[in-house]
Amino acid sequence: MNTLVNNTIHILLAVLLPPLLLGVINRTKAIFAGRNGPPLLQPYYDLIRLFQKGSVFSTTTTWVFRAGPVVGLVTAAIAVLFVPLVNSTAPISFKGDMILFAYLLGLSRFFTTSAALDTGSPFEGMGAAREVTFACLAEPALFMGLLVLARLSGRLELARMLGDSMASNWTTSGAALALVLLSWFIVLLVENCRIPFDDPNTHLELTMIHEVMVLDHSGPALGMILYGAALKLFIFGALIVRLAFPITTSSAWLDWPIFVLGMLIVTVVIGIVESTTARLKMTHIPILLVASCLLSGFGIILLVR
Amino acid sequence: MSQFLDPLLIMALALNFVALGVSRIRAVINAIALQGFLLGIIPLFLHPDIDIRGIVLVAVTIALKGFVIPAFLVHAMRGADIQHEVNPVVNFMSSVLLGAIGTGLALAFSYTLPLLEEHTNLLLVPVALSTVWAGFLMLTTRKKAINQVLGYLLLENGIFLFGLLLLDAIPFLVEVGVLLDLFTAVFVMGIIIYHISREFSSIGTENLSELKE
Amino acid sequence: MSEWLVLMGAVIVGASGFPGLLFRRSALAGQWLTTLLAVFGAGLGLMGVCWFVRTGETHAIVRDWLPQGIRLNVAVDGLSAIFLVPVFLISLLGSIYGLGYWKQTEHQENGRALRLFYGLLAGSMAFIVLARNGYLFLFAWEIMALSAFFLVTTEDDKPDVREAGWIYLVATRMATVFLFALFALLHTASGSFKLFALTESNSNVTPGMATAIFLLALGGFGIKMGIMPLHVWLPSAHATAPSHVSAIMSGVILKMGVYGLVRVTSLLPNPPLAWGAIVLALGAVSGVLGVALAVGQRDLKRLLAYSSIENIGIIMMGLGLALIGRSLGRPDWVILGMAGCLLHVCNHALFKGLMFFCAGSVIHGTGTREIDSLGGLAKLMPWTALCFIIGSVAICGLPPLNSFVSEFFIYLGLFDTLVDTSKPSFAVAGLAAAALALIGALAVACFVKAYGAVFLGTARSEHSRHAHESPLSMLGPMGVLAGGCLVIGLAPSLIAPALVSGIVTWAPNVADVGGRLAALAPLPWISIMGCGLVAGLWLGWSVLSSRLRSNVVEHASTWGCGYIAPNTRMQYTSSSFAQMLVDLFAWALHPRTHRPTPFPLFPQQTDFRTEVPDVMLDQAMLPTFHFVARLFTWLRFLQQGNVQIYLLYIFLVLVALLLWP
Repeated sequence: MNTLVNNTIHILLAVLLPPLLLGVINRTKAIFAGRNGPPLLQPYYDLIRLFQKGSVFSTTTTWVFRAGPVVGLVTAAIAVLFVPLVNSTAPISFKGDMILFAYLLGLSRFFTTSAALDTGSPFEGMGAAREVTFACLAEPALFMGLLVLARLSGRLELARMLGDSMASNWTTSGAALALVLLSWFIVLLVENCRIPFDDPNTHLELTMIHEVMVLDHSGPALGMILYGAALKLFIFGALIVRLAFPITTSSAWLDWPIFVLGMLIVTVVIGIVESTTARLKMTHIPILLVASCLLSGFGIILLVR
Repeated sequence: MSQFLDPLLIMALALNFVALGVSRIRAVINAIALQGFLLGIIPLFLHPDIDIRGIVLVAVTIALKGFVIPAFLVHAMRGADIQHEVNPVVNFMSSVLLGAIGTGLALAFSYTLPLLEEHTNLLLVPVALSTVWAGFLMLTTRKKAINQVLGYLLLENGIFLFGLLLLDAIPFLVEVGVLLDLFTAVFVMGIIIYHISREFSSIGTENLSELKE
Repeated sequence: MSEWLVLMGAVIVGASGFPGLLFRRSALAGQWLTTLLAVFGAGLGLMGVCWFVRTGETHAIVRDWLPQGIRLNVAVDGLSAIFLVPVFLISLLGSIYGLGYWKQTEHQENGRALRLFYGLLAGSMAFIVLARNGYLFLFAWEIMALSAFFLVTTEDDKPDVREAGWIYLVATRMATVFLFALFALLHTASGSFKLFALTESNSNVTPGMATAIFLLALGGFGIKMGIMPLHVWLPSAHATAPSHVSAIMSGVILKMGVYGLVRVTSLLPNPPLAWGAIVLALGAVSGVLGVALAVGQRDLKRLLAYSSIENIGIIMMGLGLALIGRSLGRPDWVILGMAGCLLHVCNHALFKGLMFFCAGSVIHGTGTREIDSLGGLAKLMPWTALCFIIGSVAICGLPPLNSFVSEFFIYLGLFDTLVDTSKPSFAVAGLAAAALALIGALAVACFVKAYGAVFLGTARSEHSRHAHESPLSMLGPMGVLAGGCLVIGLAPSLIAPALVSGIVTWAPNVADVGGRLAALAPLPWISIMGCGLVAGLWLGWSVLSSRLRSNVVEHASTWGCGYIAPNTRMQYTSSSFAQMLVDLFAWALHPRTHRPTPFPLFPQQTDFRTEVPDVMLDQAMLPTFHFVARLFTWLRFLQQGNVQIYLLYIFLVLVALLLWP
């Protein structure tokens, strides 16, 4: 299948699929709780509604408050162009692009937390403080996983690192890849504010991290934040899918549905993890993050020895 | 065979860190039980041409390390009525980091040991040394007596793992010796815990220093 | 031609402060004259640098200057050109900044002295970089160190300024001792004081001597650079100096240390692997601990000073990678490491200068440096806020600004050490990439805290309620530096030729540096992605604005969880923002907490305070110095205060000298 069609499907999936992932997670949690739960397409309705609503802005805020959602969405939209969804191609791929990928997420974090501090409210400040602290521990885990992949594939483009050789790498260095998979799953949970790091359903500001940072946003800005968060979940989910299900069939028309199926499986697993574990005590979260760094670190050591 | 061995050893190594990092004692017992189970099935992968004696040994190891001893400890835990290690001498984050440093040193050190040709590239020796270190760490830095027993169990797991290298040479003796040692230790520790708890109504070992008069 | 332009520029800048002494202290004319001279001199120097980069031709200027054959020997080469850019640019902009920040009419007692030493500092630093023999290097180094001392103690009526100046003086004396020993060793090894004599007659250098040279350079230049644990003079000196002085100290003086180390390592072409590993490890440790210490600071300029230590750590990581590449014969690592190191030197000068100018603007507008007394300044000082956020995004290494490019080079090099499995490799360097990621994330935490607590939210005290924006003479330099950050970030290919000439000077035996650099690091892609990011942000902003225009927009106060009487003290302060991180790093930071004691019966007023002192200074160095001082007190018996006893000492020494064989 030629690259133009591939890239078009890539972009279409990246635009349309992310809110469905949120819906699947909510539905899974509802099933575990014995409820019916919201419809699968509920996030789409939420987004459409939010973009048509009016907004309330706090008098304390400046342009940074409006910039936060914009930066979050745009950086996620550019980052998704680096991630390979099937085989080893992505719309944009160059040497060292995984560093730009990671730092784009850092840029979005900078502006999201600054927007939270802009309101002058202690709750947002609390959420921002926690967010930057946990990110400090999650970034090295992400990078160490990238180091393992770089060593295994011998390439420095994200599309090639997660590319065709992944299936054979599992048979030769399965232990290292399993460690990276586990470590990156923990990074997914912390970057997307899932249990056991943050409860997306809590109503107590003192226990929120991500939810409390967006407490003062409303209307289209909140819609941008919601969509940006869904896109970030899509990005990290795609990384996990490429790592865990490196299936490449001969026909490209079969690869795309397999990818979507893989994404849905990963989302259901996230929902199961959210339903079966409890949110960790705040002081224990750094221990789990350090453990995820150590897992990736041992992956490197396994490969290098 | 080492392609199946490596993931098992990695899981055993990861369980070391679970044991060092969580405060719920039940979770630590589960982790050590799971590690015992994994250690029990490792001989099957290490020496594929195993005879009936070996299989019986594997079964006994799994039963003891994975089920009997943990059940005994859960019973002791319920009897003493404690659930958490609240304030260890070295806090949980530092324990995990010290365990990581120990693992790194074990990896470096295992290269300098004079091992047999077929054993030099295995992960077995580093994981064994790392488990010994983690067990020692738990033994010395936890205040609750049950945690010290668990540390001792972890230490014994490490020694058992190291002893698996000798399975070819001395098949029966090593295992039985180690397991008997283990059983005696748990027995003795159980009795001590009972006496401590009876004497002081708690199993915090810092009270033992009152006996020095 | 280029060397004459640079030389004249250096002399004019160096002498620019002297005419100002002739004017009255209550007039502004002296300040204007000095500033014009400084701008003119720095402009000449920058023109010389551009000429050199364009044409690549260089000749040494050799003149007989002092007796005993000590000559004036200056030349411009690739390395000098890169380091001259911060010298001239920051001194130029700093002089213009001083017009508004340190007006002669407002600071009559120290204004002229400040400008005198400012010019001397800039001129001497240009000479350090130009010098081609040891005498001139040391001479210029001493002038730089002493000028910096006088600049730090400009406001010497304040006790903390005096203390900072004292610590700085001690540190710089120690650095000079190391450097004297270093140059003596170089003279022994090569037989002359010419700086490049060592490469020409390399056979005299034994491995032991080479190691001694390296360690002396690391110690002496390391003190000047501020590597941990030799950084103890940095925070207080940068915090108490006037802001444009802090800018030149942080942006340029530290780079002189880097220049020295880079130059000395270029003289020894076969470094053992241990050197590169030590430099890489020191860089990683300085980076992580520097930014961790920065997160805990409550004083804005101390925070920026510790952040300088972090960036020097990143520069060292690049240099270490290049040294490792040289030891193992991997030209790719040499090119990427040195490109990252040299580019970060320029980038750091740009954004640290910008940040210190912004801090000066804040102090000018509010009168305080304490972050927890500020807040809500973005509404009263919008331009300063804009420059500060550009500087913060630049420091954190985020795209599309300049620091991303230099960190990109270093990352590529570090990843490369892990990727290539065939030849002799140094795979542990890959873990330094994880350390660099940690540094980046901590920097984001630090600067979100700084920007948020100072500019966002609501005013926490009277200082920030009555803030005013700075004049154009202060905003102009800030804007120029911010623009520079953006330009280098979006078009790094513009500076690639200068980097290539610098790398060629450092490692002459690597072939086709320019072509290899282009193949290793896809700079055009970075430009495209940077422009794409900016375009995407502009698009997103216009989409949001159009949606906001078409819907209802109301304004209300921030939701306070139903609390009836919210006040500004309820905001998150900077220390509460940093508290979780400081606790995570408490093993290194040793924060001090002053807790209120419990009260018996009736409520009373008390306070709660946390601070993060410099652990190296307070718990390692000061106790050591006190211990050594106590050891020396037993020598006090020699000081009797009696003239006859002292005459007896003189007599005894004469006798000893007579008996000496």
